[in-house]
Amino acid sequence: MIEVQQITKRYGQHTALDRVSFSVAKGEVLAFLGPNGAGKTTTMRILTCFMPATEGTARVAGFDCADQPMEVKRRIGYLPETPPVYQELTVTEYLRFVGRLRGLSGKVLTASMQREIERLGLGIVQHRLIGNLSRGFRQRVGLAQALLHDPQVLILDEPTVGLDPKQIIEIRELIKNLAGSHSVILSTHILPEATAVCQRVVIISGGRIVAEDTPEQLSARLRQSEKISLTLKSPTADTDSRLKAVQGVQNVFTSGVSGTFLLECELGRDVREEVARLAVTSGWGLLELKAISMTLEDVFLQLTRHEEGLAPDIVVASAEPAGQPV
Amino acid sequence: MTPVQAIIAKELRSYFVSPVVYAVGSVFLLTVGLLAYLYVVFAGAQAIQLMQVQGSAQLNLNDLVFRNLFASTRFILLIILPILTMRLFAEERKLRTFEFLLTSPVGINEIVAGKFLSVFLVFLGLLGLTGLMPLMLALFSDFDWYPVLTGYLGLILLGALFLSVGVLASALTENQIVAAFVSIGLLLVLWLLAGLGSLLGDTAIGQAVSYLSFMEHYDHLVRGLIDTKDLVYFFSSLALMLFLSHRVVDSARWK
Repeated sequence: MIEVQQITKRYGQHTALDRVSFSVAKGEVLAFLGPNGAGKTTTMRILTCFMPATEGTARVAGFDCADQPMEVKRRIGYLPETPPVYQELTVTEYLRFVGRLRGLSGKVLTASMQREIERLGLGIVQHRLIGNLSRGFRQRVGLAQALLHDPQVLILDEPTVGLDPKQIIEIRELIKNLAGSHSVILSTHILPEATAVCQRVVIISGGRIVAEDTPEQLSARLRQSEKISLTLKSPTADTDSRLKAVQGVQNVFTSGVSGTFLLECELGRDVREEVARLAVTSGWGLLELKAISMTLEDVFLQLTRHEEGLAPDIVVASAEPAGQPV
Repeated sequence: MTPVQAIIAKELRSYFVSPVVYAVGSVFLLTVGLLAYLYVVFAGAQAIQLMQVQGSAQLNLNDLVFRNLFASTRFILLIILPILTMRLFAEERKLRTFEFLLTSPVGINEIVAGKFLSVFLVFLGLLGLTGLMPLMLALFSDFDWYPVLTGYLGLILLGALFLSVGVLASALTENQIVAAFVSIGLLLVLWLLAGLGSLLGDTAIGQAVSYLSFMEHYDHLVRGLIDTKDLVYFFSSLALMLFLSHRVVDSARWK
């Protein structure tokens, strides 16, 4: 549905995007992760035909963004970073204007407006001026605008910013429901969001893609060792050394809390059974034993730090050779 | 409803919920009304003088009232129309709705046309209200309607030109005050070209410079003269300004 090939965008001397390629299949939800200034918004602006790329091609639903912008624009719903609302209009006036711009009219327009007002819970504010609404409501009006013409492709720049936790969950549910029938690209700073809604994550830093995979695969790929957390009720003095003696355990750390140990183990080796048996037979009083998986947050930090040259020991398979610091 | 109509409807709505139209409109109508009153009073005083000297007076309201009034209104429009146009694009850029507008399936020419037509309609409405003044005068006096109507045609064409310059200035910046000043500045330069032209005299360059200014073209219409040359001037300059606005809006995407 979306194909981006070798896109480069330069602003004068500054290269904002450097040979970025990725694609989104029909019905897929893709998350764009990256620190500020990484090029997320620039990529979205190119896809929505707001600005042309310096080099490379971007295609949406088979239409080239540079050659057939009207066809592309008709098929895209776009929510920019700042919700594009007119403060002097009421919610319904605004949505009617948006619908007319996109060629909706009559019963179709009314039905579409009603659907989005209901879907985004705007019923109680539909006759109020947007200028008097809170940030969260404006964000929802912005989303309603993007969804109004039921586009095949949705491009959402930080869709959950400014919403309260309950609304965030609702919007995530909404995006999940859209998956399948719509292709969605969303950018976010909030990492659990990417794990919660997206099938695939693209991590972008300094204008280039540093990793692209499913959230689970990304954390698996970056995991260099398995970590296990172990909590004991009454550890003895030799617990440390005896834990270390278990085959597969590389290192044992005692964490701040007494009775809690962190075990670093060989990759691909599950030592939990062994450790549990040891704890029980030694009478240490096993309270808790769990594997710690790397969160996407760790992956993100490691990858983007890697770009800055702070943690050079991490290897990412799909990334091109690391470039200059950001 | 076409996209252009949708934009016009939205812009009109925005104009009339904000206080700008009311402030600009009342200043415009108040000054034009006051000037008309003064010119009529002066004409009356002159008539009394003539009566005392000659015993009778033939008053020409076209010369004494309307020509003066059309000449003054020109200056009022130069000040107030940029206030009406300044928000058109500058506000969109400031409030980040510009990106939304340009990613909608609407051509830039439709956007420029919609914005221009909306403010043009507001202007026509204000100008229409001044029509009460000649209608009232017609109740009490006799004058030639023809130059009054061509004068109004002149005001409409002049207003359209001023508004298109304002649209261009508004597209250039995201600051409304700057937009207003830029268009007032551009219009003053256009105005003063007439002076420069007459300074250069009856040479080819002098005539060309005078032609560029709206002054002589507007004067012809106020005097009741409809010349194709003047109409060509107004329509071509309007088209040029709207075309330049289109280019500026288009190039704003690249930044």
